[in-house]
Amino acid sequence: MIGEIIKGMGTTLKHLFIPPVTIQYPEVKRPVRDRFKGRHELKRYDNGLERCIGCALCAAACPADAIFVEAAENTDEERYSPGERYARVYEINMLRCIFCGYCEDACPTQAIVLEHEYELSFYDRASALYTKEMLLVDVPVNGIPTPQATKPGTFTRAIPDMENPK
Amino acid sequence: MSDQKSDMISLTIDGKEVSVPKGTLVIEAAKSIETDIPVFCYHPKLESIGACRLCMVEIGLPVIDRATGEKVLEADGSVKLNFGKGQVTSCTTVATEGMVVRTLTDGVKKTRADMLEFLLTSHPLDCPVCDKGGECPLQDLTMVYGHDVSRMDFRDKIRLDKRVPLGELIVLDKERCIQCARCIRFQDEVVDDPVIQFHMRGRRLEIVTFSDPGFDSYWSGNTTDICPVGALTTTDFRFGARPWELNPVASICTHCPVGCNITMDTRREAASGGRRVIKRISPRQNEAVNEIWICDKGRFVHHHADASDRLTQPLVRRDGRLEPVSWDDALDFVAQKLQQHKDAVAGIAGGRLSNEDYFEFQRLFREGLGSGNIDLVERRLAGGDVVAQVGITRGSNLLDLKKGDAVLVAATNLHEEAPVWWLRVKQAAERGATVVVLNAVETRLDKHATHVIRYEPGTGLKAVADLLTYARVDTGAANDLATAAAALMNAENLVAFYGAEGLTYQETDTLARMLANLLLLKQGEGDAAVAHAGRVNSGLIPVWSSGNMQGAWDLGIHPAYGPGYRVLAEPGLGAADIYAGAADGSLKALFVVGADPVGDGLMVDRGKLAFLVVQELFMSETAALADVVLPAQSWAEREGTFTSGERRVQRYFPAIPVMGEARPDWQILAQIGERVGLAKPPFAEGLVFKELAKAVTPYKDMTYQTLACVEPQWPVIGSPDYYYGGTAHRNSQGLGQQWASAAETSVPAPYDLPVELEPAETGGFRVMRIPALYTDGMLIDHTELLDERIAPPTLFLSPADAEALAVADGDELDVVAGDETFEVGAVVSESATPGVGLLRGVPGRRPMGVIPATVSVRAPAEMVVVVAD
Repeated sequence: MIGEIIKGMGTTLKHLFIPPVTIQYPEVKRPVRDRFKGRHELKRYDNGLERCIGCALCAAACPADAIFVEAAENTDEERYSPGERYARVYEINMLRCIFCGYCEDACPTQAIVLEHEYELSFYDRASALYTKEMLLVDVPVNGIPTPQATKPGTFTRAIPDMENPK
Repeated sequence: MSDQKSDMISLTIDGKEVSVPKGTLVIEAAKSIETDIPVFCYHPKLESIGACRLCMVEIGLPVIDRATGEKVLEADGSVKLNFGKGQVTSCTTVATEGMVVRTLTDGVKKTRADMLEFLLTSHPLDCPVCDKGGECPLQDLTMVYGHDVSRMDFRDKIRLDKRVPLGELIVLDKERCIQCARCIRFQDEVVDDPVIQFHMRGRRLEIVTFSDPGFDSYWSGNTTDICPVGALTTTDFRFGARPWELNPVASICTHCPVGCNITMDTRREAASGGRRVIKRISPRQNEAVNEIWICDKGRFVHHHADASDRLTQPLVRRDGRLEPVSWDDALDFVAQKLQQHKDAVAGIAGGRLSNEDYFEFQRLFREGLGSGNIDLVERRLAGGDVVAQVGITRGSNLLDLKKGDAVLVAATNLHEEAPVWWLRVKQAAERGATVVVLNAVETRLDKHATHVIRYEPGTGLKAVADLLTYARVDTGAANDLATAAAALMNAENLVAFYGAEGLTYQETDTLARMLANLLLLKQGEGDAAVAHAGRVNSGLIPVWSSGNMQGAWDLGIHPAYGPGYRVLAEPGLGAADIYAGAADGSLKALFVVGADPVGDGLMVDRGKLAFLVVQELFMSETAALADVVLPAQSWAEREGTFTSGERRVQRYFPAIPVMGEARPDWQILAQIGERVGLAKPPFAEGLVFKELAKAVTPYKDMTYQTLACVEPQWPVIGSPDYYYGGTAHRNSQGLGQQWASAAETSVPAPYDLPVELEPAETGGFRVMRIPALYTDGMLIDHTELLDERIAPPTLFLSPADAEALAVADGDELDVVAGDETFEVGAVVSESATPGVGLLRGVPGRRPMGVIPATVSVRAPAEMVVVVAD
């Protein structure tokens, strides 16, 4: 019997010397895995044009009906995306989102990506609506903000040319 | 009738025995037993061309022994079949007796997959942004029948222009076109507007338009419905929404008396603050009304419903300004004022209200206020009472008119006034029906008519009177009218359209009666003689100037008739007397619903009225002068019924949320009624209709439920068959119900006609109005897309007149006719009748008849020089 007690106390003693797993969040944050699905971002091309072409396939794929997209047509004077259309309105209701990543899978231009930001909290429901301005990433260093004025004849495709998915 | 049996043949499709009429195509026979054969170029309403090669099937024919003429039998006793060497297109092959069709063999499947792969070699993969994506036959059929992977290299695709406007309404994407020629064949065969055509050959084949403006047709929108890919899109809807996001709501078009069945596709829109808005309007199948087509006016003129300048609050004039008040205050005030002026009150209604609105309107006045002074804002065409007697018989369908039948089109230009009727009469002519066009001027229908009778402007009634004489007695005269009259009288069925072109209101009344007498003339001899009236596919159709004018007549918006054409013992004041009473002060209060008499020039200012109420969608000129303005809901926001010119009562449903505090017209009227002592207002449209059906004899068999009944229609249109018939909607919300004309039960006595017609005015320069579909008005103004298509106000005059009046082509003119001045541009045209100028595109309904006019060239506006500081 004494043997068992010693064995038990020994386990306790051992744990005294193992470093604790507790992290002092929010002072300390644990890095997330690469494939972690956090807050969405709308990506841009290197030249600053938005990847999103407003096709609303993300909204169609969304099982929680969290995404609302309204498209409009690009012109050479006011160009947002390299394709024929762009998202004039892009909203995600973060209270509805279940972070399943279907939107990312559905996106034909890899515009929407679930990134690693997970600190989403709101004081009211309205602020859970993330608008396009909030979701769009910053313009890359050598890029031009949208809308851009582009040379006629440069962007003549309905969808920008893409490599076949590998 | 020939023997039914000998007209039928039987064939076997995929082991299923099917019996079809002789002449049926294999593809239609297959469709009738729900065997799907995929197609792109075939369309049930078009001639087959066999261009897309997707409908290939294997067909076996019984081998016939030439010597005996008997079928050769196999060893096992079955009929020997010859399947030939290859496959054939089922859309161009007529079914024959004993034919065996196989649609599911490996060979057929391979052909389908190969054809789809071939089409996709140059078709862009735009599906994510394509407006057709989601309701695209090419996309869907590729999913079902196509190869899993493409053997083609994506980089080898040819590249063509993506955005080629064919005019300002339709945009072409050259890359997406699969050269099925549906659009071109539709424009050519169906609507006879061959303004688009193929250019070049092979891979370089493209659709071009050669009209000015581009794609100049009233039917262009239909090509986007039947296009099997996203090659043709409307600028109105372009990128508006994905098809699966749209919420379809059944409705009825209000722009003309045809009553086309439409579907409003709605979606929430951020630009409208999250409101549900109408994104597009597309046809809804009703083979007895509009088949699967609608005109561009019906398709594009809907922006007034969700316009930002709609009235949203009740307004009451205080200290000279219209100020928003609560509904209760406004209604109390109106009720109190109307009661105060009970002895001198009148009501004016427009022609676009629903039947429920009209019913409550006349109830408020006749029962609530004890006043019979109600009328439509301005009558252009008479004869509602005549139509109740000999109107087109219940169960008629213009689609059934064929060789041996006749259509008379008198004093109306159907192509401009009721385009779908024009289309259906044109198609009747193509099926062999006799079409007689009686008009003072050239119309689009002349080309397809068998008899075109042109009379001098102003002598229309005389021409019809002569026609009637020739029809009554065979005088042996050998002129156009006599042959036309004989053709009409010998016809199995006779449909007569009549309008008001070049006629005054009184003249249209006589015209209606004359045509009624024509329909009441007995064919044949002795006791066996029967009249056309009361026969299915025969009768009178009025081409009203507004959408629900028929309903207004039926519901008794008339000083002399109550609901259901009950003749009133004491007729009230008509519109003309009401305006005169308002001007001289004998009328104290006026209630205007859905009309703008001041803007139309019928009333000058508000006269000496003590109280003016206007119930409207917009701040019209009359509303701006009113004491109380009540905001009404448009037809897109509410339920109701309209009655078409063929007396078909049809339901429409709420598509968009209510604008502000607007209320439906019937509700406002009933709530005022409650305040002047009538019963409590009904809760819903359906209950108003119930009361209405009780009070109005012709509507007695109708309820909202019976109006919503549907039955299967042929051809099969709509999802999931849109590869077959286009993206027009299947009708699951109601085909409507026609009410019976009196002639169906007992043939009425002919009308007494004036013995002497008033001689037409001659001498001097006269003008008459000719219609234009896109005439400037309050509703069409809200569709900016059509701005360029609106007919400019024009006076067409002959070279001789131009010289006599010292007018040159292109001059700006002031035409004074009656007590009105029309500002128009001059067009000198050889085709104009000397002595009569034709006014086209002038807003409103006047001038009526052929009236003397003076013309003066307007001095160019003085140039204003602004000197900058």
